[in-house]
Amino acid sequence: MTYIAKPSLHHPSLERNAVGFTRRDYEGRISTLCAGCGHDSISASIIQACFEIDLEPHRLAKFSGIGCSSKTPDYFVSPAHGFNAVHGRMPSVLTGANIAAKDLIYLGVSGDGDSASIGLGQFCHAVRRGVNMTYICENNGVYGLTKGQFSATSDKGSKAKKGAENKDSAIDLVMLALQLGATYVGRSFSGDKSQLVPLIKGALSHKGTSFIDVISPCVAFNNHVGSTKSFDYVREHNEAVNRMDVISPRAPIRADYKPGELKEVVQHDGSILRLRKLEDDYDSTDRNAALGYLARKAAEGEIVTGLLYVDPEASDLHDSLNTVTCQLNKLTDQELIPPLSALEKINASLR
Amino acid sequence: MKPIVATNDFVVKFANVNGSGSASANGMFAKVILRMGVPVGARNIFPSNIQGLPTWYEVRVSEAGWLGRRGGVDLMVAMNPQTWDADLKEIMPGGYLLYDSSKPLPASKFRDDITIIGAPLTELIATEFSIPRERQLFKNICYVGVLAQMLGLESDTVKQLLTEEFKGKDKLIEPNFRAFELGRAYAEANIPPIGLHVNRSDKVGDRIFAEGNDAAALGAVYGGATFCAWYPITPSTSLAESFQKYCTMLRKDADGKNRFAIVQAEDEIASIGMVMGAGWAGSRAFTCTSGPGISLMNEFVGFSYYAEIPAVIFDVQRGGPSTGMPTRTQQSDLLLAAYASHGDTKHPMLFPGNPTEAFEMGAQAFDLSDFFQTTVFVMLELDIGMQEWLTEPFKWDEKRRLNRGKVLTYEHLEQGVPFGRYRDVDGDAVPYRTYPGTHPTKGSYFTRGSSHDKDARYSEKGEDYTEGMERLLRKWETMKSHVPAPIIKKAKKRTPDGVIYMGSTDPAMEEALCAMESHGIHLDALRVRAFPFNNEVFDFIRDHEQVFVVEQNRDGQLKSLLVNEGGVHPARLVSVLHYDGTPITARFIIKDITEKLQAGQAAALPEKAK
Ligand SMILES: Cc1ncc(C[n+]2csc(CCOP(=O)(O)OP(=O)(O)O)c2C)c(N)n1
Ligand code: SF4
Repeated sequence: MTYIAKPSLHHPSLERNAVGFTRRDYEGRISTLCAGCGHDSISASIIQACFEIDLEPHRLAKFSGIGCSSKTPDYFVSPAHGFNAVHGRMPSVLTGANIAAKDLIYLGVSGDGDSASIGLGQFCHAVRRGVNMTYICENNGVYGLTKGQFSATSDKGSKAKKGAENKDSAIDLVMLALQLGATYVGRSFSGDKSQLVPLIKGALSHKGTSFIDVISPCVAFNNHVGSTKSFDYVREHNEAVNRMDVISPRAPIRADYKPGELKEVVQHDGSILRLRKLEDDYDSTDRNAALGYLARKAAEGEIVTGLLYVDPEASDLHDSLNTVTCQLNKLTDQELIPPLSALEKINASLR
Repeated sequence: MKPIVATNDFVVKFANVNGSGSASANGMFAKVILRMGVPVGARNIFPSNIQGLPTWYEVRVSEAGWLGRRGGVDLMVAMNPQTWDADLKEIMPGGYLLYDSSKPLPASKFRDDITIIGAPLTELIATEFSIPRERQLFKNICYVGVLAQMLGLESDTVKQLLTEEFKGKDKLIEPNFRAFELGRAYAEANIPPIGLHVNRSDKVGDRIFAEGNDAAALGAVYGGATFCAWYPITPSTSLAESFQKYCTMLRKDADGKNRFAIVQAEDEIASIGMVMGAGWAGSRAFTCTSGPGISLMNEFVGFSYYAEIPAVIFDVQRGGPSTGMPTRTQQSDLLLAAYASHGDTKHPMLFPGNPTEAFEMGAQAFDLSDFFQTTVFVMLELDIGMQEWLTEPFKWDEKRRLNRGKVLTYEHLEQGVPFGRYRDVDGDAVPYRTYPGTHPTKGSYFTRGSSHDKDARYSEKGEDYTEGMERLLRKWETMKSHVPAPIIKKAKKRTPDGVIYMGSTDPAMEEALCAMESHGIHLDALRVRAFPFNNEVFDFIRDHEQVFVVEQNRDGQLKSLLVNEGGVHPARLVSVLHYDGTPITARFIIKDITEKLQAGQAAALPEKAK
């Protein structure tokens, strides 16, 4: 738990981004997670991503449920409002806030216990509604905060620290998100910042539901031999389908790759996702192909990472609700309260 | 047995089969009488299924204006062979029975102390209509025709109503007229006048005939709610549907875009979660549900209490426990709502007594929840929510502004107004908040359900925790003078006895008080309209030797709250409990209170508290 605030002194020569903030402005309180916990690396990637896409820190709204992972929003982007909800129910809270104040950038952080067990329903429904958010699952295959029980993403046959074997099949949140209509889906590894940071940047720029599953080893309860979510296991079985750069609308475009290897995807906000193919036959804009590919690779025991699917033309929940351009929380009394004449008409209709 | 003779003062009950389309004919019957200026109290008693089971509609015609249920039936319109025996039994001696005599019933099926009236409805309809569904529907309008003739209802008024009802579906008007005339003409030729009659009067005034759920939804619109997240459950569903209807009517901008959002959530937990998120981000949001839904929402309601997030929940109460009686009325969610969730919590509740109050409280709940930053329950009941009541017209003061409570804006923060999320700056224990995204460097905070200090930082220090919890209690005290005050009616004579009640009990209670007064039983009466209880409630109890607490649940939940929150000696409160799922009647109240008074409840009571 955080008791200590970080000193707020900034070195004058710190690099500033286009909106005038330094990397320090995206930091949070000092983490109290175990040293080496994968979740802290993800926080660092979030900080870097927000800095690099020039997001004004207060325009972020960060949400989580309950668990070690869900504590992390306190450890990044302090100038943003944060909401630590109840166990597994973050998606509904985020949805409600998004409906009230749609101009902010919504980031939900959750764990595999939070998302795949108690919160599986809410996860599914937020995704199928197309809530405009980035949902990151910090997936360590165990319940960290309650000290090491199997979670619903633990692979069948994987071993707990004390040797017990998991007999249940795992829920693959990436497959689920794809099936449910998420319009930006990625998987990464907390230890691979060079892959994770652009993945988060692209997600934050995406309009629609972005889901990123990040394998995030729990050094206290799930980093042993026999675990399929340990640092070593993930490094050995990780197979990336692509590498990505995100170019924000303002940044100059430099061509680093040969055209044949490169796919450029322009998103709603003008940002460009540059996907450098590592896997020849992988097309990140084909949902069904992605599902088939993931199923094949899962059977081979490989963990596929990268940007697995994106629909740059996606719409979101506000489009389906046909809400006004102005945020609902900014509507004035005049816009909200119908005139007296309307009430009189209603009275008359009831006589 | 002398037949009952009464003008503008009797009870008609319709026994039908659910799904037979009788609801609109029965509603029309009530509305014709209202249009003739005679007050009507109407109640739909329906089963928890879509088709086939028995359903009843009871209409109390009362020139004197008694709108509660009276008890007993003067004229039974028995259209359901399945419930024939029970329906027959309910008729008062000297009363009347109208039945479909197309297929004659054996004489043993009748009573000889009532007047039996047969009308061959099925036969009459068969001569004019050929499609089976039409025959079914027009049979209903046909018995309205028979009744109109028997009771002296104005045909023109019926026809006017039919014309309004089928506006836009003009093809249906003529056959309805025909079916109505068939019944009316048959009665004119074959049924001698009976003792019951309706005469035009002027006792309805400008009152309206409205359902509580519809009224509450309209209240939410006027109260500035922009978001409803809900999950279907009887008897609250029509509230969300009405909100949709009124928003579509009143909340579109020039481009046809919605100044509102409605989400049918996947369950009640998600509904309240969304409401939490929206309330936190500064929109007025609500959900509507019933007991089972509140059970599910508990964890978030406790969260709202502790993290101080506004939310409004309309609880349309039905018969519990468990799935209980989904289509019957009760007042049995009080304790559930008052203390929802684990740990020390309490939540304000409003108790509308009629649809007009459902409208007013429907709007007021949002001001209260924004100001006090907590969940506010509007405790409706099926009897108010899903029944049409004759009620005062809805009123709105155009000068009224929505009270958003203590919200710091960009300008405040720029001017250097200090911000600490859970600080008691004004001494009323109500803290300030900011909406997300307000200011680049100031005013952000972290919301959590775990223990926190005054600046919303995680803290497990005992003193930070107790300080927060004590402030919440002080906030509760502040609330007492902000919630609607009780309504007190003094008896004509000084009396040591009082009665406390709430919600839908109001009309039956008014009538009971009047009747008891005419028999020399005097009771001062107090209608509770909110929790936390205003101090006047406890003054009232203190000023009386014994107080009857009339409520519609088994365990005396209102009594428990009074004892618990006011330190009242339990023996000074005498429970009068009605909980079979039907709306309480004046006769029940009179009988129970009179018996308890005669049994000398007072004598057994301890000394009046000082
Ligand atoms: C309703 C409820 N049930 C159980 C808990 C206990 N609990 C706290 S965290 C947690 C699991 C967290 O696991 P995960 O989401 O995987 O996060 P991690 O700690 O592994 O990052 C549980 C079961 C709770 N807080 N609330
Ligand atoms: S218990 Fe595991 S998940 Fe929790 S902080 Fe420690 S390493 Fe991270």
